Amino acid sequence: MKTVFYIVRKEFKQIFRNRGMLPIIFVMPMIQLLVLSNAATYEIKNITLGVVDHDRTSTSRALVNHFAASSYFKLQPHFEATNAAQTAMQEGNVSVVLEIPRNFERAIGKEQQAALGVTIDAIDGAAAGVEQVYITQIIQRFDRDLQRNTPWKLSTLKPVETIETIPLFWYNETLNYKTFMVPGILVLLVTMIGLFLSGMNIVREKELGTLEQINVTPIKKSQFIVGKLFPFWILGLVVLSIGLIIARWVFQVPILGSLLTLYLFTTIYLLVVLGIGLLISNFTETQQQAMFIAWFFAVVFILMSGLFTPIESMPQWAQYLTYLNPVKYFVEVMRMVLLKGASMVDILPQLGKTFAYAVVVNGLATWSYRKTQ
Amino acid sequence: MQNNWDIQVRQISKSYQKVKALEGISFEVASGELFGLIGPDGAGKTTLFRILTTLLLADQGEASVQGNDVVAHYKTIRRSVGYMPGRFSLYHDLTVEENLRFFATIFGTTIEENYHLIKDIYAQIEPFKKRRAGNLSGGMKQKLALSCALIHKPKVLFLDEPTTGVDPVSRKEFWEMLKKLQEKGITILVSTPYMDEAALCDRIALIQGGKILSIDTPKAIQSQFPRKLYALSAHNRYLLLEALKSYENTKSAFPFGAFVHYSDQKDSADLDVLKTYLESKGLQDIHIVETVPSIEDTFMELVP
Repeated sequence: MKTVFYIVRKEFKQIFRNRGMLPIIFVMPMIQLLVLSNAATYEIKNITLGVVDHDRTSTSRALVNHFAASSYFKLQPHFEATNAAQTAMQEGNVSVVLEIPRNFERAIGKEQQAALGVTIDAIDGAAAGVEQVYITQIIQRFDRDLQRNTPWKLSTLKPVETIETIPLFWYNETLNYKTFMVPGILVLLVTMIGLFLSGMNIVREKELGTLEQINVTPIKKSQFIVGKLFPFWILGLVVLSIGLIIARWVFQVPILGSLLTLYLFTTIYLLVVLGIGLLISNFTETQQQAMFIAWFFAVVFILMSGLFTPIESMPQWAQYLTYLNPVKYFVEVMRMVLLKGASMVDILPQLGKTFAYAVVVNGLATWSYRKTQ
Repeated sequence: MQNNWDIQVRQISKSYQKVKALEGISFEVASGELFGLIGPDGAGKTTLFRILTTLLLADQGEASVQGNDVVAHYKTIRRSVGYMPGRFSLYHDLTVEENLRFFATIFGTTIEENYHLIKDIYAQIEPFKKRRAGNLSGGMKQKLALSCALIHKPKVLFLDEPTTGVDPVSRKEFWEMLKKLQEKGITILVSTPYMDEAALCDRIALIQGGKILSIDTPKAIQSQFPRKLYALSAHNRYLLLEALKSYENTKSAFPFGAFVHYSDQKDSADLDVLKTYLESKGLQDIHIVETVPSIEDTFMELVP
């Protein structure tokens, strides 16, 4: 026990002396949280819209005005011909082109229906999808207004049956994406700190040759591992605390659940992350190697965690893979506890799986850490 | 089991993939002895050290330190030996004092308790004890490493090339320190590529290509040289060496300091004939004197 204490003390001394590392541990997470939370948004604003109006009637102008009134679209000067609009899109000057055909107004008046040409720049598929939804919404609204303004058609011909849906967004009423993203990004930061620092740390001793010196001492491998990882376990919790403070006071993220529950889960979750870091350092010889492998795992874990893309929309086999992803459970728990006020009982499934994960990973890591070759 | 050997090595072999690092090495080191492993880089010295300090498992053979098998009783060995690896391997970002204190505490002792053992060495770097180890000079690093290897009062000390890359004055000082440690009853196994340091050991083993060429006292090793040896000099050492290599009576010729060491196929050479031959090759200022063979000469002779 005493030996572990000496190693921990030595480790903290080294961490606080490392001028390059210290800012990475404490300042970078804060900056990332502040910047990423504002940047990682699903909302798209200022979509550049180009219009080719072949009709030039009051109806076509009304349609264009609907777009202009929306805060999502930024109207560009009208194009005279389809070709000009296409060129503009090719050059990246507009991302959406709305083409109103000749006889648009007449077609609506006569046949009650008309076609519109909409071209969306789909270089960024996700953005194109969102833009399409906005466009559909605006055209539907235009359609409704049109019917309201021409009641004679409605009454004489056929009653229009419309079903209006009024969505209610539970746990995040205003659909504020920051409320949703900040807890997720917090998970990302705790994970990266734990994974990278622990992964690089033991390899560093290998590189410097100090591991060899340590190995010729009576230190037991369990003492050494605990002594090495404990400081990063503490640091992980410190980063979580800083992050929670920022989330609460800067982003006004609600913290409905108990912090105790969250910290308890995080302590176990950190064991998993540190165990993976240790495992990486056991199979690498240099810090560069460790860094690359840690990055590989971090990227896969984060992209498959449901943080940026919902797991439900992944193909079935990928969904099965996410069961092996500890980050997924932490993202779930973080959001459940903060936004839903989930209690210990609610997160029991995630807690159990994470605990099992911790046992397996650390078992493997301790087993593969060899003092003698 | 009580015996006089502190280190016993029997038929140790170790290969890295296809490279044979050690082939059937056997030797013993007596208690309180200063034993030198002398050989060039790549001879297998470090591999042997790593096996004896329980860092590496041998493919074949057995070895023991103070009667403890390096495999079965590695824990006992780790508690009772001091190891100074060839590369400086202390914490660069800890100070001199912190390094020493750390290694003392993990062995369950304190600097104060064993200060007498390291006093002579540590006193020289103590003025810099608040300095980080990474900022020390080569000689000071080496003294710190030795202090750290000694702080738990080991009975056997393993020093892997402790003087490589150290200036001549510090090297001399270092060997004086080793002699003092030996007087305190510590058994020392030291390796070095410098033949001149070999003479300071009680016994030495010449090692080359993973095999031991000879084990004996430095004096006895020197006397193993079978013929008379001559030191030659001329106005151009390179031409002299070339000329000697193409001389029909040459047994061996290699550069040694400012001279070329030469031995004849006959037990003693006909110096007049040799001089005439060299003059015919255009060499001037030719000096030929008989010289006492050094360990390096013997080593060169023994290398197959």
